[in-house]
Amino acid sequence: MSAQVEHAEPGIFQKYLWATDHKIIAMQYLFTGMAMALLGAFFAYGFRMQQGFPNQNVPGLGLITPAKYNALVTMHGSIMIFWVAMPVLIAAFGNFLIPLMLGCDDMAFPRINRLSYQIFLLSALVLLSSFLVKGGPFGGAWTAYPPLSASGAYNLTPIGATLWLLAVALEFVAFLLGGINFTVTTMNSRAPGMKMYDIPILIWMIILANVIFMASVGPLIAGAVMLLFDQTMSTGFYDPTRGGDPLLWQHLFWFFGHPEVYVVLLPAMGIVAEIIAVFSRKKIFGYKTVLYTTWAVGFLSFVVWAHHQFVAGIDPRMANIFSITTLLISIPVTEMVFLYIATLYGGSIHLDTPMLWALAFIAEFMIGGVTGIFLGSSGTDIYLHDTYFLIAHFHYTFVPIAIIAVFAGLTFWYPKMFGRMLNETLGKIHFWGTVIPFNVIFIPLFITGIAGDQRRVYNYAQFAEQSRPALQHLRTTSTIALLVMLSFQLVFLFNFVWSLRNGKSAGANPWRSTTLEWTVPSPPPHGNFAEMPTVYRGPYEYGLPGRADDFLPQNVPE
Amino acid sequence: MLERYFTAASTYAHSIDHLFILIAVIVGFWLIAAETMMFVLVFKFRAKDGRPTQYITGEEKHLKRWISIPHFLVILCDIVIIIAAITVWYNIKQVMPPADATVRVIGQQWAWSFQQPGPDGVLDTADDIRTVGELHVVVNTTYHFELMSRDVVHSFAIPAFRLKQDALPGRTISGWFRPNRVGTYDIQCTQMCGLGHALMAGRIIVETPQDHAAWLIRNSSPAVAEQQAIPASSADGLVTMAEVRQ
Repeated sequence: MSAQVEHAEPGIFQKYLWATDHKIIAMQYLFTGMAMALLGAFFAYGFRMQQGFPNQNVPGLGLITPAKYNALVTMHGSIMIFWVAMPVLIAAFGNFLIPLMLGCDDMAFPRINRLSYQIFLLSALVLLSSFLVKGGPFGGAWTAYPPLSASGAYNLTPIGATLWLLAVALEFVAFLLGGINFTVTTMNSRAPGMKMYDIPILIWMIILANVIFMASVGPLIAGAVMLLFDQTMSTGFYDPTRGGDPLLWQHLFWFFGHPEVYVVLLPAMGIVAEIIAVFSRKKIFGYKTVLYTTWAVGFLSFVVWAHHQFVAGIDPRMANIFSITTLLISIPVTEMVFLYIATLYGGSIHLDTPMLWALAFIAEFMIGGVTGIFLGSSGTDIYLHDTYFLIAHFHYTFVPIAIIAVFAGLTFWYPKMFGRMLNETLGKIHFWGTVIPFNVIFIPLFITGIAGDQRRVYNYAQFAEQSRPALQHLRTTSTIALLVMLSFQLVFLFNFVWSLRNGKSAGANPWRSTTLEWTVPSPPPHGNFAEMPTVYRGPYEYGLPGRADDFLPQNVPE
Repeated sequence: MLERYFTAASTYAHSIDHLFILIAVIVGFWLIAAETMMFVLVFKFRAKDGRPTQYITGEEKHLKRWISIPHFLVILCDIVIIIAAITVWYNIKQVMPPADATVRVIGQQWAWSFQQPGPDGVLDTADDIRTVGELHVVVNTTYHFELMSRDVVHSFAIPAFRLKQDALPGRTISGWFRPNRVGTYDIQCTQMCGLGHALMAGRIIVETPQDHAAWLIRNSSPAVAEQQAIPASSADGLVTMAEVRQ
C-alpha cells in the first residue's frame, strides 16, 4: 500500500474497530463468529474424544476430567448458539445483505451498529476470560439451571458462572441493538418502488427473527439479573429455602430459548430460499405462502416453550397443552419445506456448491424436524428427554442451520464479499467431506439415545446398561466421523484464503441473479450504489416466458 | 423397536415403546416421501441445454393442490400423534393407580438415597430402611414414589422402566411405577447436577416377594441397619462426595 493511499484511507484501527460501514461490520461479525466456531469445534473434539476413547490423553487437551468435560460441553453449547449461529447468520449476513438487498447506502443507525459489534466483541472476551479465573469456566450446562448455577458451593466455579452470565447478557444487548437497527432499516430505507412483498425472503426472515428475538429476550434478561443477584449478593430468587423457585428460571429461560431456535432457523431458511431460486432458475413457489408460514412459526414459537420441561416437575396437565402447540408448529415448518421442494419443480437446476449446500440443508433439516416429533410428544419424551436421541435431534436441526446454511450463504455471497470466485472443485470436496461425516456422527447417537445414553456424562463406567460394548462402538464411530469432518474444514479454510487472491474474478453478477446486491460491483464500494436503484418488481423473476435472458433483475425497467 | 436396545421392565414401558413405533411409522413415511420427492425433482429438472425453465408462481390452483393436500394430511397425522401421545402421558404422569407401597427417593450431589417402610409397612417410622444407591422393590407391585432433592435439580431416571422425573429442591414430586420383570437395572441422573453428575448412578433391584422379604429381614436387624443407614438430617455421610472432590 503506498503512502498516498494510507493518507486517504482511515488507519487500521479506525477502519476495522471503529467502522460504521455495514460491510465492514458484517466482516467483523463474520470473522469473530468463524473464530468462535473453531473454538466451539475444538471443544466438541475434546468431549467427543473422551466419549469415543474414554480416559485417554486427548492431544491438545490432556486427560478430560469431569470438571473439564462439563466446561467443554457447556462452552460448546453456549458458543455455538450465542457466538456462532447468531453473529454469523443474523449479524454477518444481515449486516452485509440488508442494505445491499434493499438498495440503500448503509444501515439506518450506523453508529449503533458499530456499538453493537463492540459490545458483542466484549461479550466474547468476557466469556473467554472465564478460562483464566480461579475454578475455571462454568460447567453447569448452557441452560444454567439454578440452584446449580446460582451457588458457587454447588457448581464449584463461582467466578466462571458469573462471567458466563455476564457474557450472555452482553451478547443480548448487542443483538437488541442490532435488531432495532435491522428492523428500522428495513421499514424505512428500502429503494423506491420496493413494496413489502418485493422484499427478498431472506430479509423478511432476518427481520422476523429479530422481532422474535426482541420480543422473547426481555424475560430472560430479567431472569439473568435475578440469577446474577443470587450469585453475587446471595439473594434467593431461585432458592426454595428462601421462598424462591428454581422452576422460575426454567420458564424464563425457555420462553426465550425456544423462540431462539427459530431466531437462528429463519435466516438459514432465508439463505436457502435465495439460493434455491437462483440455482433452479425459478420463482419461489408461493412467495406469500412462505411468508405466511414464517409468521405462523414466529407466533407459535412463543407458546411451545414448556415442551423442554415436560418432566421438569411442572403440572402434568400443562404438558398436554404444550404437546399440542409443539405438534402444531410442525405444520407451518413442514409447509415451508414443501414449498421449497416444490420450487424445484419445472426448474433448470444447476448443482453448483451453494446449491448443494442448500439442498443438503433441506434433506438434513427434514430428519431433524421429524425426530422432533418424538420429543414434542409428551408420551415418548418421558423416555427420550435428556438422552442422546435429543442431542442427535437438535444437531440435525442445528448443524443444517449454523453450519450447512452458513456454508451455503458463504459460498454464494463470497464473490460479492471479496470480488472473487471460490474454487469449485475444492468447494465440492469440502461439501461431501462435511455432509457425509455429519450423518455418520449423529445417526449412531440416535441409537445410543434410544438405548438409554443420558447426556452430559463424561464416562458411562458407573452405568452397567450403558457400558455394553456395542454402545461404545457407536460412540467411537461417531467420534471418528467428527475427526474426519473437522479435518475437511481445512479444505474450506484453504479455499477461503487462497481464493481471496487467486480466485477467478467474479464480476458484478456471477450467478445471474435478480436481487439488488448483484447490481453493484464486487466487492461493493463504500456507499454501495453509484446511483440509487429503483425497484420495479419482486425478487425472483426467473424464466419469464418470451425473453432472451432467463432472469429479470428487480431494478431493470421493463 | 426399543426393546431390541433396551429391556422393558415396567408396565408402562410397552405403551411408551408402542407410541414410539407409531410415531416412527408416521414420520418415517413423510420423511421418505419428502426426501424421495426432492431427489426425483433434482434429477428430473437438472439443467439441460435447450430446455427452458417453467414460469410458475405457486398461485396456480392445479399446482397448489400439491401443497395443500399433503398439508391437510400432515394435520391429520399430527392429530393422531397428539391423541396417542396424550393418552400415554395421561396414564403415566397424570393419574396414579392405587399404591401397594410407597418409597421416598432423595437426590443430592451426587447420590440417590432411598427410604422405604420396614416390616410395619409405614413410612417415617423407626424401622424404615434407608439405602444409598440401591433400591429394592418387589415385582408386580405398584409403587408410588415421593421424589425430593437436597440441593440442585436432579432427574430420577430408570431407562428400563421408561421412567424419568426431575427432582426439585423445595418440592416433593409424586409418581409411580410397577416393575414387571425381575432383575437389576440402572438408575441414572439425567439432569446436569455438577462435578459428579456421571457418578450419580444407582441400581434398582426387582425381586420376588420371597427374596424381598429375606432382604427386608436382613436389613432390619439392628447390626446391619447401622452399617446401611445414613442419618436423614445430614448429607455429609456420603462417600461419593469425598471421592469426587479428591
